[in-house]
Amino acid sequence: MSAIGELRSMSRSRRGKGGGRGPEDSTPDNKAAAIFLAPWLLGLVGITVGPMVASLYLAFTDYNLLQDPEFTGLDNIRRMLDDERLFNSLQVTFTYVLVSVPLQLAVALGLAMLLDRGVRGLSFYRSVLYLPSLLGASVAIAVLWRLVFGTEGLVNALLDIVGIEGTGWVSDPDTALGTLIILHVWTFGAPMVIFLAGLRQIPRELYEAAATDGASRRRRFVSITLPLLSPIIFFNLVLGLIGSFQSFTQSFIVSNGTGGPNDSTLFFSLYLYQEGFTSFRMGYASALAWLLLIIIGAFTALNFWASKYWVFYHD
Amino acid sequence: MTDVLTQPTPVGARPSRTGRRRTISVLKHAGLIAVALLMLYPLLWMVASSLRPNDDIFTSPGLFIDTFDFDHYPNGWDALAYPFSTYLLNSALVVLGSVIGNLISCSMAAYAFARLRFRGNRLAFVAMLLTIMLPIHVLIIPQYVFYAQLGWINTYLPLIVPKFLATDAFFIFLMVQFIRGIPRELDEAARIDGAGHARIYGQIMLPLMIPALATTAIFTFIWTWNDFFTQLIFVTKPDLQTVPVALRSFIDAQSQSDFGALFAMSVVSLIPVFLVFLFGQRFLLRGIATTGGK
Repeated sequence: MSAIGELRSMSRSRRGKGGGRGPEDSTPDNKAAAIFLAPWLLGLVGITVGPMVASLYLAFTDYNLLQDPEFTGLDNIRRMLDDERLFNSLQVTFTYVLVSVPLQLAVALGLAMLLDRGVRGLSFYRSVLYLPSLLGASVAIAVLWRLVFGTEGLVNALLDIVGIEGTGWVSDPDTALGTLIILHVWTFGAPMVIFLAGLRQIPRELYEAAATDGASRRRRFVSITLPLLSPIIFFNLVLGLIGSFQSFTQSFIVSNGTGGPNDSTLFFSLYLYQEGFTSFRMGYASALAWLLLIIIGAFTALNFWASKYWVFYHD
Repeated sequence: MTDVLTQPTPVGARPSRTGRRRTISVLKHAGLIAVALLMLYPLLWMVASSLRPNDDIFTSPGLFIDTFDFDHYPNGWDALAYPFSTYLLNSALVVLGSVIGNLISCSMAAYAFARLRFRGNRLAFVAMLLTIMLPIHVLIIPQYVFYAQLGWINTYLPLIVPKFLATDAFFIFLMVQFIRGIPRELDEAARIDGAGHARIYGQIMLPLMIPALATTAIFTFIWTWNDFFTQLIFVTKPDLQTVPVALRSFIDAQSQSDFGALFAMSVVSLIPVFLVFLFGQRFLLRGIATTGGK
């Protein structure tokens, strides 16, 4: 069961699966637990919850690291409402997330289904297709992307062979974001492997029975594969959305830290970085960070709510 | 029919296969090979480009190398303020610390969550699951302020200490999953023999958890090696920079003329990940497949 399935089942049942040796054992292990959980608890308080609370306070201040934070009430929120670069970066981020995540999952599912039906050389294909997802987050690949899609890059050299004149894909505001979406889709290997594991759980008898009843391939996909795979699609969707909302490296490297051309690749996280660590407006950047948290939280909550209508749990 | 499709039996072994089915199989393989090539092509082109003269790089979309030019590697190695080996060693140090930290702290927490009964276990478990989804950006500014007060900026402490405090909750979860699959009879028997939790954890659980520990080590390696955001923020002194940050300054420094050297160092920076992938693939695939399950 995934982290998400776990949260879902815990929210429904009173008795959690979080711990416990079962009701027959009545001596609790509070002392041992305190020792084993000490590092985690210290991290939770000191490095996670503490900073969260601190950044909530900083969100209502003006702070440049050198002087003490100065409480400014709702100034940062007012400033957000007038911040055109913020709105632009939200638009860029939403476009990126809403295009690249579904596209990546569709490709991942398609290839997982191709591989599921006993292809010879399965492990070879799986390895080759999985490799990019390990490399995709690295600076080296972002550098490569910059050069592959540059004015004199690989893509234009290939287009040249067939007589098409390309543009400077990363320097053109109309296409720069597209190159980052392609990069995201290129890393479809991780969700593909998860889909493959899920497809393997679907009982073959279902397909056999459906085939005997004369169900078409399409029909079997819609009525068997999709519903039985829906918890895994949901898992990949939630993780994909959360992850891509936070994308940073790719746009930072491809635009050399600017978010350009014309702010067309200004991801939200990059804008937050610029405000916090190049302009040193730490207060405003904290407010932005909380906005990101609220957006991701709302998106995830919406997703969980919507999942009632399309995710099929047979437990 | 589905039986034929699901069993990975050799194609020729089935005399009853019709021509149509064979055509489908050929088409499927052709499609898969095309996709695989498309996926690998940028990587192969990068390697080829690191071995050709600069003038050839952008005029050669192919992979065939006319004239070899091995100078890009030594040139790139010495192109920045420090030799590239400095950055590789720095990254290796951060990775090593992170791997050790995650192995110790996450396995301890996982043991408690999976096997111990304690007050507030539900709440703690939910908190742990929620932190998996928490974006680092929310924390980064106060963390920076905090580490600055401790005098930790431009040290590796902000990169390593959190790992010793189990902040990568994903791995706790992975290990909890794994421990739940270990029969409880094993710890019960040890308890009856008088073993305490420290011994059960150290002498029974840890040895049995080796696959989960290997998965954790490998993922921590790759994620830390690739991590750019926190390394960019916490480490700015040139002699302390890690590989991703150094590669980034490469773009500014001189890549405008010497693309070959930039490609060469990009290739160098990916080799460790590639090697880990090659030898640790089994654990990687199993790791994501088990945590991804329903």
